Amino acid sequence: MSAGLGGAAAIVGIGQTEFSKAAGRSETQLASEAIVAALLDAGLTTDDVDGFVSYTIDPVEETELVRALGTPEVRWSSRVPYGGGGSQGVLLHAAAAVAGGAARVVVAYRAIKARSGERFGRAKVSTRPTSAHSGSTASQWCSPFGVLTPASWMALNATRYMHAFGVTSADFGRAVVQLRDYAATNPNAHFYGRPITLEDHQSSRWIAEPAIRLFDCCQETDGAVAIVITASDRAQDTVAPIEIAAAGNAGLFGEEIASDHYRPNLEVMEGSVALATQLFGGGFTRSDIDVAMIYDAFTPVFLMQLEALGFCGFGEAKDFIADGQISPAGSLPCNTNGGLIGEGYIHGLNLTVEAVRQLRGTAVNQLDGPRTALVAASRTGVILQRPL
Amino acid sequence: MTRPAPTITDDNRGFWEAAHDGRLVSQQCSGCGQLRHPPRPMCPYCHSIEHELVELAGTGTVYSYAILHHPQHPAFSYPVIAVLVDLDEGVRLLSNLVGVEPGDVHIDMPVRVTFDETEAGMAVPVFEPMGSST
Repeated sequence: MSAGLGGAAAIVGIGQTEFSKAAGRSETQLASEAIVAALLDAGLTTDDVDGFVSYTIDPVEETELVRALGTPEVRWSSRVPYGGGGSQGVLLHAAAAVAGGAARVVVAYRAIKARSGERFGRAKVSTRPTSAHSGSTASQWCSPFGVLTPASWMALNATRYMHAFGVTSADFGRAVVQLRDYAATNPNAHFYGRPITLEDHQSSRWIAEPAIRLFDCCQETDGAVAIVITASDRAQDTVAPIEIAAAGNAGLFGEEIASDHYRPNLEVMEGSVALATQLFGGGFTRSDIDVAMIYDAFTPVFLMQLEALGFCGFGEAKDFIADGQISPAGSLPCNTNGGLIGEGYIHGLNLTVEAVRQLRGTAVNQLDGPRTALVAASRTGVILQRPL
Repeated sequence: MTRPAPTITDDNRGFWEAAHDGRLVSQQCSGCGQLRHPPRPMCPYCHSIEHELVELAGTGTVYSYAILHHPQHPAFSYPVIAVLVDLDEGVRLLSNLVGVEPGDVHIDMPVRVTFDETEAGMAVPVFEPMGSST
């Protein structure tokens, strides 16, 4: 799939609202504001839009969205399951739609009030058996045992990972220090101006011992982001197109999102291994990647994905990070906006926006002329590239 | 408060009804004999929709664990010890470890099943260290 789509579609616009702890308005309004901003960025209007894609878990009704935006005729729409692990799947769907002619201009969006509204991290018992298409059976198999939050679900995998490879909480802390360094110089970040030391990380309270401390958790955030995608031939007329050079989705037998407890070997994120095989099967190599955005809902999965994606060996992410490889001067600067841990949690789609900014040369922590970016979120991912 | 009752579905009912009777069971495919958990309506290996519920020995080892401190729900006492138990028959169960100090929990710890009441008069399988007395 990824090879077939390579270069057929491009991101031509990005937009967002402010990120906050209390947006004070509806998700529909947040989405509408972000979409209008993204279209303005693209030099397009709502009249040009004929496709929408978001996450299955997004609360915005398409009918409400269209009513607010005034788009005259939606010819195609889609939703991607698996929560944040499916976040980059919106680009795969959009690219397939415009490449195949089902739509001409697709808007991908995510609007969320993860702080003032329904908090993922609240201890709540659901009576629904599954997450209703966000990829988890946690409510039926975890709730009766007090395993109520994504952190508690993922900590079970992380503890095993630590045991297998001798990884410590301080190893996670070194990653967080770097992410918070990026966030400290990003005015859009929750943790703008607030870098931390390893000691700060190590003294933050336990959420799920021995894997996840408070500072290992992403920042539940209110806000929205939107991304405009068109076919590459049309994108050539826009100001700053970024090609979707590859897009992949790897959903494996037995895998769940967050409550991924039933694969025999939980020491490795096998979905990410499969994703990398797709993304790097069409001519790209890891050394082509100038900057990476890797879904950091919690620090352990950031390290595990670095390994699964093949940027270092299994168990070696701790050394890769300690050697400074994810820093601006490293071989793979990562999550240069501060990531979901430092900037905020728009469920992974703010990482995509940051990748576009880096490739355009407009990021706040701008690297030196990156041309190729990877955005990876568990089972879904894209390689984005600035045309020469 | 007691722990919340499990959510019963057409696919998981047999597991929870057995737990209510103090038995730990797994689906076993009538076609190919594979054990499987969580329960599901079709065997992913041979596509048989026939299965039996077989009682497991209730013994296994801790594959992984997490000591849950925060956030807290009034139905539970903290810290909650969450465990993934690899049962001797080869299926994995998410549960709690009881009757042990959090600091003594470790991977590969031998454990055995016991049962704990929930709201609505149901029960869930939980685990205690092998050799402990209850």
